[in-house]
Amino acid sequence: MSERRDVQTLLSPMAGDLQSLLNSRHITDPAIIGIHTGGAWIAERIHQQLKPEQPLGTLNITFYRDDFTRIGLHPQVEPSNLPFSVDDRHIVLIDDVLHTGRTIRAAMNEIFDYGRPASIILACLVERSGRELPICADVAGERLTLEAHQHVKLTGPDPLELLIQESK
Amino acid sequence: MKRQDIQCDSQGQLRHFLTIEGHKRETLTQILDTAENFVTVGNQPVKKVPLLRGKTIVNLFFESSTRTRTTFELAAKRLSADVLNVNISTSSTSKGESLLDMLHNLEAMHCDMFVVRHEQSGAAHFIAQHVVPHISIINAGDGRHAHPTQAMLDVFTIRKHKPDFTALRVAIVGDLMHSRVARSQIHALNTLGVPEIRAIGPCTLIPPYLEQMGVHVYHDVREGLKDVDVVIMLRLQRERMDGALLPSELEYFQTYGLTQEKLALAKPDAIVMHPGPINRGVEIESSVADGPQSVILEQVSNGIAVRMAVMSVVLGRKPSGEEGEA
Repeated sequence: MSERRDVQTLLSPMAGDLQSLLNSRHITDPAIIGIHTGGAWIAERIHQQLKPEQPLGTLNITFYRDDFTRIGLHPQVEPSNLPFSVDDRHIVLIDDVLHTGRTIRAAMNEIFDYGRPASIILACLVERSGRELPICADVAGERLTLEAHQHVKLTGPDPLELLIQESK
Repeated sequence: MKRQDIQCDSQGQLRHFLTIEGHKRETLTQILDTAENFVTVGNQPVKKVPLLRGKTIVNLFFESSTRTRTTFELAAKRLSADVLNVNISTSSTSKGESLLDMLHNLEAMHCDMFVVRHEQSGAAHFIAQHVVPHISIINAGDGRHAHPTQAMLDVFTIRKHKPDFTALRVAIVGDLMHSRVARSQIHALNTLGVPEIRAIGPCTLIPPYLEQMGVHVYHDVREGLKDVDVVIMLRLQRERMDGALLPSELEYFQTYGLTQEKLALAKPDAIVMHPGPINRGVEIESSVADGPQSVILEQVSNGIAVRMAVMSVVLGRKPSGEEGEA
């Protein structure tokens, strides 16, 4: 059993919510960072809509994962690329699905290896249930309550679609 | 086939890295792609990733080396591993302890990886056969046999400049007879699909088996360098030469030394490489070594990323279950 959803309808409100949050915090020069691979796709779309001054950054958290010794090295994606100084900057961290929170923990560790940001805002396309760490999204395109055996996956980059599946 | 068996576990994952021989192209490509991700770590303000936190890596150097040992040490430290440098000349082998007894002592200290450099061919392989199953061995150069991580950093450097291996003509110039680097390079270039590999040097320094490895042998350096994309110069290994293989260094330089005039015979965008340490005025002219076509120092930086990749691919293999057995 699986269900496909269009992502476009989620992206505009998500970008709007993010802009309101930035306004309320008086952040005028944020830097957007997407987590490879799905988060980078979403970040690219959000970056196009908000048009911040800073170029888009991407993060490959492979080397910061906490399950390396259990599941080994993952298939490689693009290296991390942060084309701006992280020090004292307001960062918007973007991922596709927030689930256990472990990816975000790894991403924040990596960001801190580049410098000391002024703040980090977390924006996710989907915030689903199942958190294992004290992490929550500041902005979410959709919030879903799912059972542990249900999986959400973003497929893309063109078209971007959300796939909700029951695992065996 | 034996080597292939010992280098991989039952699922085909890399367990030891002893030689290039026997590895599939995909394995080498996986290492190169992984290394690509580590290049940027050196540019981060914090030059470290936490990947191998809690792992202990022992540099076992039975033969002196500066560049290889320091880049292995830096690679391990940038992966957050703990590093132990064992200097063999001052260790207990001089008190009469056997190699295997020393290994068993290091095993008892719960180490995860030995990086081995030895003047005897086959030393790393011998150690790999005798260590407990959870320890991985990386060959950092054994006698005249192999220096696989050097070959990997060389092909990595080549790929950075010339991404398509299947369109390349590569010349290796100098003392191929005593060079473990050249042997490993030839295996790596062959595995990655380089169609034409040339060996250039005097008869006394070109081993007879090269032609069986698909290498074209040239004794005339001008003929050999014509239209090549990559020129790899080798060091004259005077410490390994026991016999009158060469008339004099000056004559060697005049005949085989890479000068700007000889380099002009290669393609205009050819790159010049050297595994180091270089003997200026013996195998290479200073103006070439420091010139715009030289990527010699780039090789050194890439050496760190490539060694990080080898270490993390080896230690990142999924537990296979067989390691509890013998």
